[in-house]
Amino acid sequence: MKFKFGIKEVVAIGIGTALFVALTEVQIPLGFIPNTALQPRAALLAFMSALFGPIVGGAIGLIGHALGDFMFYGSIWWSWVIPDAVFGIAVGLFASKFAINEGGFDTKKIVLFNVVQVLANIVAWVVCAPVLDILIYAEPANKVFAQGIWACIGNVIISGILGSLLGVGYSAIRGKSSGLKKED
Amino acid sequence: MSSRVLSYEEKETWIHDLSGVSKLIFFLLWSITAMLSYDTRILLIMIVGSLIIYKMSKTEWRQVGTVFKFILFFLTVNLIAIFFFSPYQGTLIYGTKTVICHLFGNYDVTKEQLFYELNVMMKYLTVVPSVFMFITTTNPSEFAASLNKIGVSYKAGYALALTLRYIPDVQDDFKKIKNAQEARGIDMSGKATFRKRIKNVTAIIFPLVFSSMDRIDVIANAMELRGFGKNKKRTWYSARPLKAGDYGVIIFAVVFCTIALFITFKDGSRFYNPFN
Amino acid sequence: MEPIIEFKDFTFKYRSQTEPTLKHINLTINKGEKILIVGPSGSGKSTLAHCINGLVPFSYSGEIDGEYYVGGKNPKDLGIFGLSKIVGTVLQDTDGQFVGLTVAEDIAFVLENDCVDLQKMKDKVAELAGKVEIKKLLTNAPGELSGGQKQRVSMAGVMIDDVDVLLFDEPLANLDPATGKTAIELIDELSKDNDRTIIIIEHRLEDALWRDVDRIIVVGDGEIIADTTPDELLCEDILEREGIREPLYITALKHAGCKVTSDTHPMHIESMDISGYSDTVNKWFKKITLPEPKEKTKKVLEIKDLDFEYNKGTPVLKDINFDIYEGEMLSIVGKNGAGKSTLSNLICGFIKPDRGQIKLYGEDISGLSVKERGERIGLVMQNPNQMISKAMIYDEVALGLTVRGVPEEEIKERVYETLKICGLYPFRNWPISALSFGQKKRVTIASILVMNPEIIILDEPTAGQDYRHYTEIMEFLKRINSERGITIAMITHDMHLMLEYTDRAVVIADGVLLADTTPADVLTDETVSAKAYLKKTSLYDLAVKSGIDEPTKFVECFIYEDRLKREEAVN
Repeated sequence: MKFKFGIKEVVAIGIGTALFVALTEVQIPLGFIPNTALQPRAALLAFMSALFGPIVGGAIGLIGHALGDFMFYGSIWWSWVIPDAVFGIAVGLFASKFAINEGGFDTKKIVLFNVVQVLANIVAWVVCAPVLDILIYAEPANKVFAQGIWACIGNVIISGILGSLLGVGYSAIRGKSSGLKKED
Repeated sequence: MSSRVLSYEEKETWIHDLSGVSKLIFFLLWSITAMLSYDTRILLIMIVGSLIIYKMSKTEWRQVGTVFKFILFFLTVNLIAIFFFSPYQGTLIYGTKTVICHLFGNYDVTKEQLFYELNVMMKYLTVVPSVFMFITTTNPSEFAASLNKIGVSYKAGYALALTLRYIPDVQDDFKKIKNAQEARGIDMSGKATFRKRIKNVTAIIFPLVFSSMDRIDVIANAMELRGFGKNKKRTWYSARPLKAGDYGVIIFAVVFCTIALFITFKDGSRFYNPFN
Repeated sequence: MEPIIEFKDFTFKYRSQTEPTLKHINLTINKGEKILIVGPSGSGKSTLAHCINGLVPFSYSGEIDGEYYVGGKNPKDLGIFGLSKIVGTVLQDTDGQFVGLTVAEDIAFVLENDCVDLQKMKDKVAELAGKVEIKKLLTNAPGELSGGQKQRVSMAGVMIDDVDVLLFDEPLANLDPATGKTAIELIDELSKDNDRTIIIIEHRLEDALWRDVDRIIVVGDGEIIADTTPDELLCEDILEREGIREPLYITALKHAGCKVTSDTHPMHIESMDISGYSDTVNKWFKKITLPEPKEKTKKVLEIKDLDFEYNKGTPVLKDINFDIYEGEMLSIVGKNGAGKSTLSNLICGFIKPDRGQIKLYGEDISGLSVKERGERIGLVMQNPNQMISKAMIYDEVALGLTVRGVPEEEIKERVYETLKICGLYPFRNWPISALSFGQKKRVTIASILVMNPEIIILDEPTAGQDYRHYTEIMEFLKRINSERGITIAMITHDMHLMLEYTDRAVVIADGVLLADTTPADVLTDETVSAKAYLKKTSLYDLAVKSGIDEPTKFVECFIYEDRLKREEAVN
């Protein structure tokens, strides 16, 4: 497991969080349901966690969400900040299994990544977020669970598509290409 | 010019003069108290307090207006959503049911529900002015130093400093990449199918993310060559030493929040119940 | 003389590679010396620098054979932090090195890590900021600084540690020529106090030699090819062989048939004794007859009365007027931030002008969307990594056609044809990650070319490239220009590019159009070149010193001859 916290990890958190915050405003409208949008930043978090491990993933989720809330929305919803950190840590725990940096993100690992991201999203958004909402804000249980499930579905979709694509793309860059031949 | 995001502005007030550490401690304690307490009296006092502090920080409407409108919108949606999901949450909490009028089907407007939602609203509004105050009066350079001072590891603090340093660069890159890809025919604004939208987003995010990955190595090397991480501690050029005013603020925050939480939880419930 | 850096039969191999990158290096650098290390990309000169500052082997691991010492000690015992107390490194990427939120914080970075207390830090920062003349900028954020200013911050930030050795990794790569000149002057001043040792790694030899250096070390293919004085080196043919561009005046002297000798001190044209050569140069000059200038063809792009401002009252561009003709290769030059990029943003439609018109083949394009303009005006970004979004070459080149719904068969045909033109056809099924930087650049050009635009705008096409890659990219552009008749406009501050590959230069300075003339005119006019942050070409000095009264024509003649020689070499 990647529990190292050296300079590279510090910088990865810094740059990863900067990307996360910059992507806060980028949304993909679902189209078939009005006023709903997927958040590509969730896929970025999944990718960075899978690449750098739980410390970097957790920190990007925590700082990124808090800072994004701070700068764009003038408030902090801790009950939604913490789940992002939980998600980053959960995906990050399996980082070495994905082998993205070594260029080995093959079909089997993509499946594993998706199993992990779905479970991590469920833990974060269907368990963590609503429970915190109830504990902190005493909001109605049915409302917060509905919100949580909704967020979970959105993040599962975007992490599944964009997160996997990012992993495959970066794995291809990192991997050594061998056996390439010029063709006529 | 109204700005889309909140940012620091240099001004001369005693709040600007405070060290980031004391403002951070104040902000954290204040927002935790607002989070935990459902005591209407306490929340009322805190809202008034927040507004006074906001006023004293000389923050102007143009700095926060756009963001505030967004918060109001979000808050309204949230309050309506609470009502529709759970019209009797107030009754559940306060134990009584005083119907004001009947709406339709299962939905009645009750005094308890209105009071509960008023409390929810107050909880949000208590925190907002203090966030505005904290962001508009604290130099971002002080963030990391302040976190380090209250016990967060300096490496984590510096990660935050790096974030603040590189957000403008990343946003700049994002704009450049988006422009160039738009010229190649990738349409971000128009109507398109979901599949196409994902494809368009990848055309921008891939170059952005992957070129940023190259950055990580360069910056890490630069920092290592300049001795980052060699000691267990580090000092901060932008740290401000604590002065009398800072101790005043910290003591006030601790005392106030302790009393507030004591009153809130004294009778075993965090809710103030006017219906008994 | 006391050696500060010593390599003895030193060999280094990166862990991920099979062949050593540095082979049997023997090198001694003495205290107080000023050394210039030159070599093409991939020669091992950066690895040599990494060995000196400790990134090798502490960040990039590998096998070391032989001995080396820095400051009389074994680097293994010093560690990277110990080495950083002796060697201060100024990196090429000033944005990467600038890690502080403000100038003052960045300069103080080393002291912060050493736990120095606040008051002492403030004093030291003020002192160093004074030394590199950025005292007024202490509270500025990096986004508010120019490239040259950022570099000064980096210099202050490493000197604050009282290092004995200052190592500059390609300090000129991101600077315009005039700023580069002042950077070299500043480095020269720094070399004079405290007996500091200066090592400059650079492939832009002529610019780096703006001030004296004691020795030049030529690195080629992992070995030291030459270790000699500038005067000696410029008389040999080592530079040409190793793919390093020699100073233009030396090339001109060689074209004229002179045999340059070291006793004429050829290090600077200003102080070189050319009395023995001026007759030959004059004779050569008189022999050359320039061809008639090409007749102006149809106008592709017309820029009329263009005004633009981001904030009221601070115009970025004012009253810009010029035309671009069919089949032309044109350079748009000027200092960074003078409005060049704004101009290309206006042409591509990313922003709207406040006043004025842009016409494409006589038709006003203000009504066209970014996408519609993109089909006719292609834009190639400076950094190919910021443009490439596909894993495979074919897909990347096809992208613009795919999103426009072109039928698959036609896409295939057009992509293959474009790949053939760009020399990428043999690689068509390769992943882009397997390509070199220059090849990636070609992919991005191909991905624009495939849409058959009427004009291509390239932003700094040769930035950061060594001579061989520069020639490769530019010859490629020249070929598509002549074979496909495509009009090419290049935003640049590379004076060689201007001179060697474009017939016309549009100069923009402080938001106004300063000149629209031949590159030779621009680079022999002191006022214009100074305002555009360029510098006078050394060919001008050579002409004047040789007693030629038409220096501009001399420059034109040189370019003409030089192009002929290049064509011979290519064919």
